[in-house]
Amino acid sequence: MELKSLTYLLVGASFALYIGIAIWARAHNTRDFYIAGKSVSPIANGMATAADWMSAASFISMAGLIAFLGYDGSVYLMGWTGGYVLLALFLAPYLRKFGKFTVPEFIAERYYSGAARIVAVICLIVISFTYVAGQMRGVGIVFSRFLEVDVTVGLMIGMGVVFTYAVLGGMKGITYTQVAQYCVLIFAYTVPAIFIAIQLTGNAIPQLAFGSEIAGTDVSLLDKLDDIVTSLGFNQYTSGTKSRIDVFCITLALMAGTAGLPHVIVRFFTVPTVRDARTSAGYALLFIAILYTTAPAVGAMARYNLIETLQPGVVGSVDGNLSYSERPSWFDTWEKTGLVTFNDKNNDGRIQYYNDKNPAFAATATSYGWAGNELSVDRDIMVLANPEIAGLPNWVIALVAAGGVAAALSTAAGLLLVISAAISHDLIKGIFAQGISERQELLAGRIAAAVAILVAGYLGFDPPGWVAQVVAFAFGLAAASLFPAILLGIFVKRINKQGAIAGMVTGLLFTYGYIEYFKGLFLKWAGSPWGGNVAEQWLFGISPEGIGVIGMLLNIVVAFAVSYSTAPPPSHIQEIVEHIRIPRSA
Amino acid sequence: MTPENRAAYWRANLRLVAACMAAWFLCSYGFGILLVDQLNNIRIGGFQLGFWFAQQGSIYVFVFLIFFYAWRMNKMDRKYDVHED
Repeated sequence: MELKSLTYLLVGASFALYIGIAIWARAHNTRDFYIAGKSVSPIANGMATAADWMSAASFISMAGLIAFLGYDGSVYLMGWTGGYVLLALFLAPYLRKFGKFTVPEFIAERYYSGAARIVAVICLIVISFTYVAGQMRGVGIVFSRFLEVDVTVGLMIGMGVVFTYAVLGGMKGITYTQVAQYCVLIFAYTVPAIFIAIQLTGNAIPQLAFGSEIAGTDVSLLDKLDDIVTSLGFNQYTSGTKSRIDVFCITLALMAGTAGLPHVIVRFFTVPTVRDARTSAGYALLFIAILYTTAPAVGAMARYNLIETLQPGVVGSVDGNLSYSERPSWFDTWEKTGLVTFNDKNNDGRIQYYNDKNPAFAATATSYGWAGNELSVDRDIMVLANPEIAGLPNWVIALVAAGGVAAALSTAAGLLLVISAAISHDLIKGIFAQGISERQELLAGRIAAAVAILVAGYLGFDPPGWVAQVVAFAFGLAAASLFPAILLGIFVKRINKQGAIAGMVTGLLFTYGYIEYFKGLFLKWAGSPWGGNVAEQWLFGISPEGIGVIGMLLNIVVAFAVSYSTAPPPSHIQEIVEHIRIPRSA
Repeated sequence: MTPENRAAYWRANLRLVAACMAAWFLCSYGFGILLVDQLNNIRIGGFQLGFWFAQQGSIYVFVFLIFFYAWRMNKMDRKYDVHED
């Protein structure tokens, strides 16, 4: 069967499955809608968390980023997994014991303050919308390439599907669709990786193939890769260019951000017991690790395959580069999307792909008769194009498309749910209209989810940057605002209302301001970014991706300073803290 | 339960957390970032060891740590008689 019909078939079948599950698991009350009735088994919750967690950024962009960044890409691998250790050791069991519906609700009770709740809701909404914009772009990319529909139409279809199961099923519907989505996405991710690993090294396990010798030679994949990328003027694959402090800060910001993301935290409200919350975090990371240990192998193999395709002969020889007229068919299809572009600068009809930004390599390039890099490849396409580059059968390519959509939709749904819960439960029921009935609250939650989907779709048309980068900002904001507030709330009894609010506001404003100043986020219409985004201008040499760490430290320092200069929290609050530290109910 | 017992449980928890965090830090920030150049002189198969920790090893350690913590805590809950059901 032809690729397009196969893709329609697989993506369509997966949609039918998700909607079917949503109808089966629809929510009957607010407990179902917000926390799936606290009845999800730890393994199912682990899978749902993994799907919720692994977004379009993880599925589509991450391996591509690593392919081009090499060692520097490790920040994403460690950052987006190590945060689960923080979550499991510092937050999940205690928040489960607390046993309410939302993250702002915890902040409100622990800090006995409606104002703290509103600050937490604002943090949550900024984080979640920043993050969801990236998901919508991911859906758009997959649809425009594989279903050959307009990006707008692709977005509409994606929004429609999410709408059906998020609005109807709430947390319960989302949880069980996410279990299905996890299975689709992990299968779609690992199958091509295994195929390519066998082709390249003869070893079927990508995690091992990554460190194996290339089939028929005695040179390891990574050594060969180091060798060919440096011969084209690029930086060595296995060593980095980022400064040590920046790598350190980005990794820490991503870890703390992971632990502070509301849509992840809330997943641990859905399991029956504290013990389940602890184990469930382990299952979640186990399921995530399957993809996250495969991704660096995919990245290295994709980079190798790409360069081997473009540079089949000896570097610098006249016929060493691929002739444009002999380009493979995947090249053609991706060129049409504008994500691969070729410009024959030296008019030799061949594709020269090298690092023309490297001054040390310029003389060598000139001596080869090269007049600049002629090919640009969007990093986001590496995973999607990888099976085509490796010449795998059509059904594998169609499967990857279905997997990409599953990853984007599952994360978008999780985010939209926490946004709607923050509005209906925290703002409407918690503060502005405390007298509404449960049915009215459920309706408000559904309306809020619907509105959030429309806003997310709108943001998806004009997202501020590539998928993984946009997502990195959400992490910085979470690391600097919610994570410290919850952590201190559990571990330091003395932190009071004034300290927590001052800390969150400081962390959020500082981090947001720094990112807006250097990268531009929501104020592009007013001329942002204003600062040159280069290492010399950064504070302590920390990039906007890593600045959440400083925001987090500021938050903690301010929270302590303000708390200790004001009255301690009332005794019943101290009792709440004692209560959540012990698993058994009193 | 007595306040002393409660405090002892919490101290034991904090000690376990501290031990796990030390391992967490060592394998990611230590082996994967701060000591990466030194460890890259050691090779395991086709991998340089520092690079392997940054892109593979640290993740395996994270998974192990969470299950280890959950197992120890669930045991500790029983010992201090604070377990559920």
